[in-house]
Amino acid sequence: MEKERLHVNPKHLALGNEAIAQGLLESGCAIATAYPGTPASEILSSLAHLQRQTGAALHAQWAVNEKIAFEIAYAGCQAGLRTAVSMKQVGLNVAADPLMSAAYMGTKGGFVVISADDPGPHSSQTEQDSRLMAMLAKIPVLDPDSPAQARELVAEAYSLSEAFRIPVMLRPTTRVCHARQDIPTLAFKPRQRKPAFEKNPARWAATPKFRNQLHRELEQKLAAIAGYPATAPLKLTAAQGTPKAIVVSGVAAAHAAEIMAELGLGDRIALYQVRQPFPLHTDFTAQLLAAHSDILVIEETMGVIEMQLADRQRVQGKLSGAVSRVGEILPEAVENSIREFAGLTGKVPSLPTVPDRRPTLCAGCPHRASYFAIKKAAPRAIYTGDIGCYTLGLNLGAVDTVLCMGAAISQAAGFYHAYKNEPKPPDIVATIGDSTFFHAGVPALIDAVVQGVKFVLVLLDNRTTAMTGNQPTPATGTGAMGEPLNQVDIESLVRGCGVSRCETADPCALEAFTRTLRSAVKYSRASGPAVVIARHPCLLDKRRQETAAPAGPLSVSDACDGCGYCLKNFECPAMVIDPESERVRIDPLVCSGCGVCLTICPQKAIAACHSD
Amino acid sequence: MQAPSHQQIVISGVGGQGVLFVTRLLAEAAIAKGLAVLSSETHGMAQRGGTVLSHLKLGDFSSPLIRPEHADLLLALKAENIAQHAAFLKPDGWIAVNAAAAAGNSGGHCTRALDADRLARRLANPRAVNLILLGFALAAGALPAEGRKPLFCDLADIQSVLQKRLGATPALLQDALGALAAGAAAPTAR
Repeated sequence: MEKERLHVNPKHLALGNEAIAQGLLESGCAIATAYPGTPASEILSSLAHLQRQTGAALHAQWAVNEKIAFEIAYAGCQAGLRTAVSMKQVGLNVAADPLMSAAYMGTKGGFVVISADDPGPHSSQTEQDSRLMAMLAKIPVLDPDSPAQARELVAEAYSLSEAFRIPVMLRPTTRVCHARQDIPTLAFKPRQRKPAFEKNPARWAATPKFRNQLHRELEQKLAAIAGYPATAPLKLTAAQGTPKAIVVSGVAAAHAAEIMAELGLGDRIALYQVRQPFPLHTDFTAQLLAAHSDILVIEETMGVIEMQLADRQRVQGKLSGAVSRVGEILPEAVENSIREFAGLTGKVPSLPTVPDRRPTLCAGCPHRASYFAIKKAAPRAIYTGDIGCYTLGLNLGAVDTVLCMGAAISQAAGFYHAYKNEPKPPDIVATIGDSTFFHAGVPALIDAVVQGVKFVLVLLDNRTTAMTGNQPTPATGTGAMGEPLNQVDIESLVRGCGVSRCETADPCALEAFTRTLRSAVKYSRASGPAVVIARHPCLLDKRRQETAAPAGPLSVSDACDGCGYCLKNFECPAMVIDPESERVRIDPLVCSGCGVCLTICPQKAIAACHSD
Repeated sequence: MQAPSHQQIVISGVGGQGVLFVTRLLAEAAIAKGLAVLSSETHGMAQRGGTVLSHLKLGDFSSPLIRPEHADLLLALKAENIAQHAAFLKPDGWIAVNAAAAAGNSGGHCTRALDADRLARRLANPRAVNLILLGFALAAGALPAEGRKPLFCDLADIQSVLQKRLGATPALLQDALGALAAGAAAPTAR
């Protein structure tokens, strides 16, 4: 039966991240900071968009990295305002230092730390569980199951934060952040609160001795929060007095509710949804363990609820191995677990595994030109890579390592020190993006200069933070709300790190760029660090100004002998093998007309075609 | 026959084909009809040519993901994805695919094929593949077929959503409506 929703309650379609942003605005958030990262990126950009729509008194900004973002937002809450910081789960690692300290010091205005997890992972270095980080930090964490609940839990988070003067984490996952759902329309009220920082250095500048007292206080807060009614677990099925119970949180709760209804298990198995996985409510734990003898916990990505239930005899889940520890918990896996737990037979179908289509740099991406030139200029080098679109230099065989943000430079140094006493040390070429360089590359470059590391750093400056959706960088001069900002010049920054050999060149002028690289490699062998800034705008960036006119449509002539050199070494998605002729042809639907490929064919078979 | 209010649709393609846009149009059409909507998207790395998969669930659902053998329709912008994604379909689920002809890999599901790539080139609008296939599916979905329930929305519903979204840019709106109509008018390749 169709529900008469629109007449009762106006709704609109919102992405989970948009719903979170809406929740932040509705709660009167005054300062919101972030660094881009999938699946969290849209939270800050949606909030900035809402600010422009409503004229709300809100400062929303991208920060250079997550630690800085956290510190800015935290000071706002120390001044008595409601603030928030958002990031992806690995970004929380970067913000871990201020997080741990802030938990002890507490808050004045409400402070919400949004850390979006990526079970799988779909686009991260790990699938770590931010709820465990909250447990380590000793702050409460809320775990939404949907866009609608995410918006509700933002409001709960602020109430909780101000009731106990403690930072509160909100932990959505990919299937909340990037799900769309109909939610109530924005209920905006201009915020009234004024900043009021009360000096209290005993707390805000607490020395180790007083930290002991703060820790004591923190433990008391957690004990009280474990009895806080507004975030207590919910019972989702009617089953009473049944030996079996299932405890779920986050998206697993959404999957389980639907599956339990479909299988008709509502009377046989009690289903509980935990919205605050840490600290787990004390009464709930006692009642659950008293009432049920066989308990299955389904949560992502680690057994955070399961470990707090602490009863190996009766409780199973991730820790016991009943639920897979690795990978996203898809609903078919939830169904399998529930069927087995309920003693039902019947096989749950799954998708056939087929080889994944590997992602690749866009046709026309300047990074493709950069990596092609790097392979030419230093064919037997160790290539240390970093995080961004340019990680896909992997496909051209020009990335050997990817560890974490900024590591390309420090790892280059490590490889240098490992080989420097060998008779023939390899060339070392590190690649890093402009946004990544600002985020974490600067201290590493300083260290490399000080240590005299002989390597080449190719700084891939496409003037944007591309992979996550073209967010601005410190060099852009524009903020999240479209406002003009000051700019920091990358060349000056590189020279400020002490690098004396720094050149800027356009990678799409391929032959000249390759010469620049060869010369930098030669320099580095003898003297020390050499930086080449490869500057060319991202072709997806709507803000970019055209540098040169495109070469126009390109085609491959009969001179092509099907050797596949271009496919293997240039790897442009517009180049495809024609199955009949076994020659390469260029797909006009994909080709961007950048013309970089014109010089790469050993048979000189690629040419611009003139329209007929 | 009244359009059903309970429907699960999988939309699959590769980065850059506009899978998310089509998902959005269908979701907005559903909301306009007062249906509860839950959809799931792939972002980020997928845009760089990786597989993009959207789940769209209309009606009383709580999970944003469709389980294998639960979908009513697979909209396949990339024919090679059918090898994997046909498994999402219920036994009586059907496929609308961007292909010159229905290949043999659809697991026995009713398949309607249209060479949307070729039509897009003919319209001199390479980005229109997604709207062409959507128009085609809407027209095919409106036709009665044994055991198969009709699509929850029709051409007019999507035209209305496009008017709302693209009304400020008449040239884009015309292109979009044209692509939709071209797909709807195209005959099926069997």
